[in-house]
Amino acid sequence: MLLAVLAGLIVSILYIPLGKYLRGRLAVLAALLPIGLFAYFASFIPTIQAGQHVHFHHPWVPSLGINLDFHLDGLSLLFSLLITGIGSLVFLYTASYLKGHRYLDKFYGYLCLFMASMLGVVLSDNVLLLFIFWELTSISSFFLIGFNNDDAASRKSSIIALCITMGGGFFLMVGLILMGHLSGNYSIQEMMSTNEYLKSHALYGLILLLVFIGAFTKSAQFPFHFWLPGAMRAPTPVSAYLHSATMVKAGIYLLARLQPVLGGTDYWMYPLIVVGGITMVYSAFHSIFRTDLKSILAYSTIAALGMLVFLIGIGTAESLLAASVFILVHALYKASLFLTAGVIDHETGTRDITQLSGLRKVLMPVSIAGILAALSSAGLPFTFGFIGKDLIYEATLHTAGILTAILTGLAVLTNILLLCAGFLAGIRPFTGKLPDRFHGIHLPHGLLWGAPLLLAVLGVVFGCAPFLVDGILFNPAAEAMYQSAIDSPLKIWHGFNLVLLLSGITLVVGTLLYVVRKPSAASLAAIERYNYLSPKHIIGQLARYARKISIYYTGTLHNGYLRVYLLRIIITTVLLFAIRLFMGGPIRLSIDHLSPISIYEVVVAAILIAAVYITVTASSRLTVVVATSVLGYCVCLLFVFYSAPDLAMTQFSIDTLTVVLFVLVLFRLPPFLNFANRRTRIRDGVVASAFGLMIALVAIQVLNQPIDTEVSQFYGDNAYTLAKGRNVVNVILVDFRGLDTMFEIVVLSIAAIGVVSLLKLRLKASEKE
Amino acid sequence: MIDNTIVFPVIVHLFTAILLLFFWRKTLAHRIISITGSTIGIAIAINLFAKVWGGDILTMEAAGWKSPFGITFVADVFSSTMVLLTSFSGLAVSVFSAIGIARGRIIYGYFPMLHFLLMGLNGAFLTGDIFNLYVYFEVIIIASFVLITLGGRKAQIEGSVKYMAMNILASTFFLTGIGILYGITGSLNMADLSLKVAALENRTLVDLTAIFFIIGFGIKSAVFPLYFWLPSSYHTPPSAVAAVFAGLLTKVGIYALFRMFTLIFVPDEFTRTLLIVIAVLTILTGTFGAVIKNNIRRMFSYLIVCHIGFMVGGLGMYSEVALTGALFYLFHDIMVKTNIFLIAGLIRKLRGTMNMDKLGGLYAEYPLLSFVIAIVLFSLVGIPPLSGFWPKIYLFEAGLMDNQYVLIAAIIIGSFATLYVISMMWAKVFWKDQPTVEGEEALTDDFRPLSKFKKSLLVGPIVFLAAITLYIGLAAENVTQVAKHIAGEMKDTTPYIEAVLGTNETQ
Repeated sequence: MLLAVLAGLIVSILYIPLGKYLRGRLAVLAALLPIGLFAYFASFIPTIQAGQHVHFHHPWVPSLGINLDFHLDGLSLLFSLLITGIGSLVFLYTASYLKGHRYLDKFYGYLCLFMASMLGVVLSDNVLLLFIFWELTSISSFFLIGFNNDDAASRKSSIIALCITMGGGFFLMVGLILMGHLSGNYSIQEMMSTNEYLKSHALYGLILLLVFIGAFTKSAQFPFHFWLPGAMRAPTPVSAYLHSATMVKAGIYLLARLQPVLGGTDYWMYPLIVVGGITMVYSAFHSIFRTDLKSILAYSTIAALGMLVFLIGIGTAESLLAASVFILVHALYKASLFLTAGVIDHETGTRDITQLSGLRKVLMPVSIAGILAALSSAGLPFTFGFIGKDLIYEATLHTAGILTAILTGLAVLTNILLLCAGFLAGIRPFTGKLPDRFHGIHLPHGLLWGAPLLLAVLGVVFGCAPFLVDGILFNPAAEAMYQSAIDSPLKIWHGFNLVLLLSGITLVVGTLLYVVRKPSAASLAAIERYNYLSPKHIIGQLARYARKISIYYTGTLHNGYLRVYLLRIIITTVLLFAIRLFMGGPIRLSIDHLSPISIYEVVVAAILIAAVYITVTASSRLTVVVATSVLGYCVCLLFVFYSAPDLAMTQFSIDTLTVVLFVLVLFRLPPFLNFANRRTRIRDGVVASAFGLMIALVAIQVLNQPIDTEVSQFYGDNAYTLAKGRNVVNVILVDFRGLDTMFEIVVLSIAAIGVVSLLKLRLKASEKE
Repeated sequence: MIDNTIVFPVIVHLFTAILLLFFWRKTLAHRIISITGSTIGIAIAINLFAKVWGGDILTMEAAGWKSPFGITFVADVFSSTMVLLTSFSGLAVSVFSAIGIARGRIIYGYFPMLHFLLMGLNGAFLTGDIFNLYVYFEVIIIASFVLITLGGRKAQIEGSVKYMAMNILASTFFLTGIGILYGITGSLNMADLSLKVAALENRTLVDLTAIFFIIGFGIKSAVFPLYFWLPSSYHTPPSAVAAVFAGLLTKVGIYALFRMFTLIFVPDEFTRTLLIVIAVLTILTGTFGAVIKNNIRRMFSYLIVCHIGFMVGGLGMYSEVALTGALFYLFHDIMVKTNIFLIAGLIRKLRGTMNMDKLGGLYAEYPLLSFVIAIVLFSLVGIPPLSGFWPKIYLFEAGLMDNQYVLIAAIIIGSFATLYVISMMWAKVFWKDQPTVEGEEALTDDFRPLSKFKKSLLVGPIVFLAAITLYIGLAAENVTQVAKHIAGEMKDTTPYIEAVLGTNETQ
């Protein structure tokens, strides 16, 4: 099973060196991979039907609890077959759709990467492994949406899609880690046994919030849905495969998968019903205003995803069964409609439904596919859509209390709108009169119309004979969500009841709506006037504000003035000292341990202060230099008082040398200007004094500490006996701590070389780096 | 266990640098010696890591003076891992510089400076003496100052003045801190300090002393609000220099913070809160800066700031899980940050600019190279299962254990911003068609005329570092083991102290 998941990854890497051989006629061979995988997963049907699950374990990062744990049950199998099955057709379709494209090999590479990641998502038992594949699907989607990378709109859409899905991914990651942390491991199967603990934990709400954000962003739920219509910039096979049939269902899959772990509470149920409900009505409503074929399909896809979230939220056995059926129903008819739209776009060069009509005359097989798919989406009897819709209505009708009416109403409304949208996309382009300019169109290669036709026909076959698939696919899938046996065979005919009535209403009203309403650019413009209320616009506006704040913040903080930076560093230090001192309770300073202050020290201190005053107020550079040198000499004197004559000597020579050097360069410098006004001087004075005060407080505290002389004692005792030197300081410098001295010499050498290069090196303009 | 060979990582670069000085102005010899020196450096580092990973903590007592009286070198897993990563970065930069650095700069001592810098870094990682650490910081500062000014362009000088002023201030704080520490304990040996500081009763004074080190190392690691030197200077020097700075200079600050605040100042409530507040603000500051920059290197500079916050946050949480995450991030960050600045240099070579608005078309022109670069950029973002992803698991888990929701939110924001700016960069530099730029700013391609061998010297280091990054990502288990081991040693410092002072001292 590991090989099955990783096959796509391996193949996509193989495309890098070998791709160029596969661009031409051999492109069809690419489809061997998904077809092979489909066969592989199909071989598990009997096992799953027998109620058994398949496990696979291989260690990867055991320290983190992340291993290659795969688990195949009904739900995984349903998705795996969907991914590989639709994948096979899309791969074949692409061979013809992008025939001769110079990046065809890369396209297949990304598709293989996607397929592998998506299989990984639905097969992983470890939530973090699932997350890894989850993010990989986002990345492959990023590359596929931006496939036409010379188009600015494609690039923008791909960035938006990536940021929304992966942004949600970060939240999901935290949520999954929290789940794993609380339940003690990352295995979903194991988590099911601790689900009561999770649900009763104080952080249960947080887990739900984080997981929901992840699922909603991925599955394009309101208000994060807007990346999906943008993603339609991708080539049509991508839209059909990723953005309708599989990837966007990853969020649905996650919710379905975690239903037994986290589900069954009000906190789980209501957010899903509300968000799913809003999404489905909002997008279904939007879909009928669009005039672009792929936009219609995009919005109706969002609506279908909303419907699935809504069904999972209800969480009864019936609703989960309805969800698992609807996943396949939708995948079949929507992929078929997308592929049909792709053929139309490919042959006519337009996707505008106000211009398309009568294409049945030139594209007969395509029109059959489109119409059959539209009928399935409408839920006409003897199509698979009919069964799906019946189950949805049954699920909503069997809810408790007031919910029944509301939920059923919402479902009916959405289905009416979706029916209309389905007809717009699948029927309208083929009916009516064929415009003159489309007379020259010929039926394209068989792969292009064969793929959608096969999907659409399957929709009818399953609709007429649901017993072919119910026991092997849907019951096990729903059982995986519900965690107890479900055995309800799908039926075509339920008798005359309320469900049938609702289906009838949906059909009649929807068809009327389709006949009465003519899509036009005008009505699209009318609805776009409210765009400023749309989440896309609001989030875009927020992003602009964030950008403005960033510019202001960065400009203010990083304003280019070195003196401001230094000032801030000093202020930060003073504040930290002050906070810590304040926290430490009243400051007790004892000066008992300190030696008495002598008159010499007082005098030196007075000179010091005077020198400081002169330094900061002087109006000529020379004065400043002299005053600072006085400062230096005063420090030397202090060293002398505290019996460190060698230090004093060193300091003395350095100070003298500095003054001499300063005076030498002084007259080559530009005129002395003092920009500081009174206010900044006072500010600087206050900061400097505060800093001095803090250092003094620390120093006094240090002096109160008993002195540990173990090390200095050792130096004194052993300088002569062991190191053979009479001067302890010298011995410390060259022997005890000789390494320090050696590297300080290195520092001086480096500085010397640096000065040489700074003075001598003049780069040519061509030498950039 | 005493093993005098642990000083070799320092010696090898010192000797290389001195040897280079004998070949002053001979550029070919400089290139060959530097690459040879760095290659030997890797061999030595691998050997050291293998020894330490296999067994004890190794020490060396300079001139045979017993700890805590002389200067002690200590190689534990943390030190030797840092030395190992430094040697990888070092070799990559050496090779890249052979072509990537202008002749004029090589004539005036570029390569000796590079090796002095690497020497200083290895010294800082290996020393067990706090004043000796200060000396290596001096070496690092002065060598990096020469590297940043080398060439003497106006922008370089302006950037380097800010760089120098703030780093000198950092050193002053560091030195003052050492002085105070010596005043209250009478020792400079870090293992000895660990025991003596722990025994002090005046905890306020200990915290006040710790503040000196937080400020000093904080400036070095470019945390909020002390980071200003970094975005002021990192976009000015040649990319090879910026690469070694980005990969290692801020990280040596992080190394010092981790060392000091796990060994000597074991974080109390005050320090932990402080570090976490700093981490959050650092991440946000980096985020705000990165999203508005249009120049590749300026944007990367702010990303450095942003990601420093991740590591400081890990230290602030101070649990074994958090430390593991922060260390893993550190390892990943050194490799990736070095590499992205090399990539920036390569892009400049290809197009003559780093302004994203003027760049484009690299994906169409160099698909394979783009693929390698994509791996590096995605590792930076932390797209699973690449290297930036794994440490975040630990950091998030530690944050959840410690109820640090603000820090978690900040890490999410930082990660999101990284994702956003990198995807924008990808779209602008790689996907977008090359815009036509006319006049003085017309683009120049210095890459195409190069011979195949020279091209491989530029691309090779990027591929080399990308391969290591890929290893960190895909063999995360091994890296996790190392990070966990170090985190364990940080929480229980007894082995370190015993290795330095001998078992008797600790009882």
